[in-house]
Amino acid sequence: METLKEMKTETRKGKTLKISGAEAIIHCLLAEGVDLLYGYPGGAIMPVYDELYKFQDKLTHILTRHEQGATHAAQGYARVSGRVGVAMATSGPGATNLVTGLADAQIDSTPMVCITGQVPRHLLGSDAFQETDIIGISTPVTKWNYQITKASEIPEIIAKAFYIAKSGRPGPVLIDITKNAQFEELMFSYKKCTGVRSYNAVPKPDKKALEAAATLINSAQKPFIVWGQGVILGKAEEELKAFVEKAGIPAAWTIMGASALDTEHPLNVGMVGMHGNYGPNILTNECDVLIAIGMRFDDRVTGRLDDYATQAKVIHFEIDPAEISKNVHADVAVLGDSKETLALLLPLINVNKHESWHNRFKEKYKIEFDTVIKNDIHPTKEGLTMGEVIEEINIASQQKAVIVTDVGQHQMIGCRYAKFRESKSNITSGGLGTMGFALPAAIGAKQGAMDREVVAIIGDGGYQMTIQELGVIFQHNIPVKIVVLNNDHLGMVRQWQELFFEKRYASTVMVNPDFVKIAEGYHIEAKRVSERKDLKSAVQEMIASDKPYFLEVKVEKEDNVFPMIPSGAAVSEIRLK
Amino acid sequence: MGDNNIENQWFTISVYSENNVGLLNRISGIFLKRHINIESLNVSKSEINNVSKFTIVVHTTENWTRKIVGQIEKQIEVIRAFYHTDDETIYQESALFKIASDLLFDERQIQNIIKDNNSQIVTVARDFFVLAKTGRRFEIDEMYEQLAPYGIMQFVRSGRISVSKDEMQISALLQEFQHH
Repeated sequence: METLKEMKTETRKGKTLKISGAEAIIHCLLAEGVDLLYGYPGGAIMPVYDELYKFQDKLTHILTRHEQGATHAAQGYARVSGRVGVAMATSGPGATNLVTGLADAQIDSTPMVCITGQVPRHLLGSDAFQETDIIGISTPVTKWNYQITKASEIPEIIAKAFYIAKSGRPGPVLIDITKNAQFEELMFSYKKCTGVRSYNAVPKPDKKALEAAATLINSAQKPFIVWGQGVILGKAEEELKAFVEKAGIPAAWTIMGASALDTEHPLNVGMVGMHGNYGPNILTNECDVLIAIGMRFDDRVTGRLDDYATQAKVIHFEIDPAEISKNVHADVAVLGDSKETLALLLPLINVNKHESWHNRFKEKYKIEFDTVIKNDIHPTKEGLTMGEVIEEINIASQQKAVIVTDVGQHQMIGCRYAKFRESKSNITSGGLGTMGFALPAAIGAKQGAMDREVVAIIGDGGYQMTIQELGVIFQHNIPVKIVVLNNDHLGMVRQWQELFFEKRYASTVMVNPDFVKIAEGYHIEAKRVSERKDLKSAVQEMIASDKPYFLEVKVEKEDNVFPMIPSGAAVSEIRLK
Repeated sequence: MGDNNIENQWFTISVYSENNVGLLNRISGIFLKRHINIESLNVSKSEINNVSKFTIVVHTTENWTRKIVGQIEKQIEVIRAFYHTDDETIYQESALFKIASDLLFDERQIQNIIKDNNSQIVTVARDFFVLAKTGRRFEIDEMYEQLAPYGIMQFVRSGRISVSKDEMQISALLQEFQHH
């Protein structure tokens, strides 16, 4: 180990040394501050794993049980820590198994670097064993990708990969490295990448646009803010709060923006979108100025575009110029990093309260509370609801937990009712809607924030898509709390079948195994709750545990999530039942 | 914006990029995803050293073209992308016609077609000769129609190449990058 230490010292001094490509990859990762990565070995990446073995005191590699799990774990890690997540896989099937995670990270702007092994250069294009064109396959789902075929390219390309993944609007980068490049030697020296000339990561804020935005905001009678993940990615939580408070503007969030502002902040009016809150959706079509911050007007947010906020002037704060007027026309576009633009906006804004306008949100909330929320979180019927489970988790965790959700009904309920005090606390697959995301993402989230409670909330369907990652939790004793809300159905699809397909329940009934026994098979403490009287103590016991813990809650089989904007309807056509 | 935004028109998209092997795949994927046909594609060097230029012709709305250009510009290796209507550009295509040599001597009209169309004879061999024609698409089509009755052994037409009437502010941008 002594010699390795010396080597590192020499590298730091900027001296060059002759090492293998595989070892160079490790040095690159260390230079980027990586101390944890997820992956799965195989033939074409073995030289790198051999080096991981030698460097295991500096770089922890977690063997997931499937490469998809490695990507979601890296995503969970990145989302909770703000750092770049790293996943590694071999060529062929190892590489193709990364595709879902790449697509998820691409659409949710998650910084991730994936490294794949590839057959040796002389075999490229020969249909060699475990050869697949992962560059071709991953192109549409990566921010950037590159195939390294000679060892000498490794330092520069990996430096570029990390820079591109985390700068500007973040995203996933895939670097494919042929086996010969891993074996070859190179004179190693590492320089961090600070810019790529063809890539303008962060547009400069335009003063005129900021002034135009301020004028609109200051003269608005019914202004409304919708913020997205751009606030979290830009670390602009404080700037958002200062703006909201000074201008006195009701502010709502997209699913990806959740937790950037305290749930119980008086100006936080809830979630927009298909299963968002009643007030923010209805009043989107009544506001006079819509201020969108770091969000991209996804169709799940806007409903029918022709009827989305057509009465309002739209101000769009955004880092990615391609998002401007992509879905919703922006009357004023303020390009730039949200932290910078919001800070520049603040002095231009007048102090205001907008009390009567804010009261409209309160009225709508009361309607929603009486018809939906009350029955969701304080039900009087016999069966357990998903909402009351989330509420018990809020209570037991004192609203301090990182909530990781999968996809479906439990996700919508989780995002609606989980309460957050701290940013980066809501980890979910927003844009892609990837079932199977939560369990591995929770592993990454826990490892990215060991001091925080991490609770994965998963449906019985999604749980079984990546259930094998229980092996990781067991092997590494990662103390995540897993809550499966089991309704023995693919609940969201079943809900659509009930509402829009005349109750033809095609392939949505699930005959499930004994989840408690499965968890116990992995030596994870496990419990099942099927009656209300046992819920509170079970949740408390789970949160109190300092070990991995599995809790299955048998919930009502045929509950629906409301409010709901039926697909193709306008936001103002949101249904309460 | 008005009508231009919803009516299909011809647009020439000019993309300045770093020379990168995977970029063509990335760019074509952007069109594929939106079911927009690339009517013509040309890749060449540009007026700047080591900077490539893609010239892409599409027939679609200005709204779509603007969004596509935004997505293209977002690609890491793309320096800048522009779009122009036909009126805003000077553009040409090239075509080669391979014709049986005996026609040159047996059919007097062939020589008139060559002259009338201002085309060049590239080569004359024992069995065939090759004509080159550069111009607008319709001019090449006209020449094709005139030659077709006599028999065309082979025909090929290039993608559109085009320069904009207005300046494309690319060199200044590159200089700015280098100063950083």
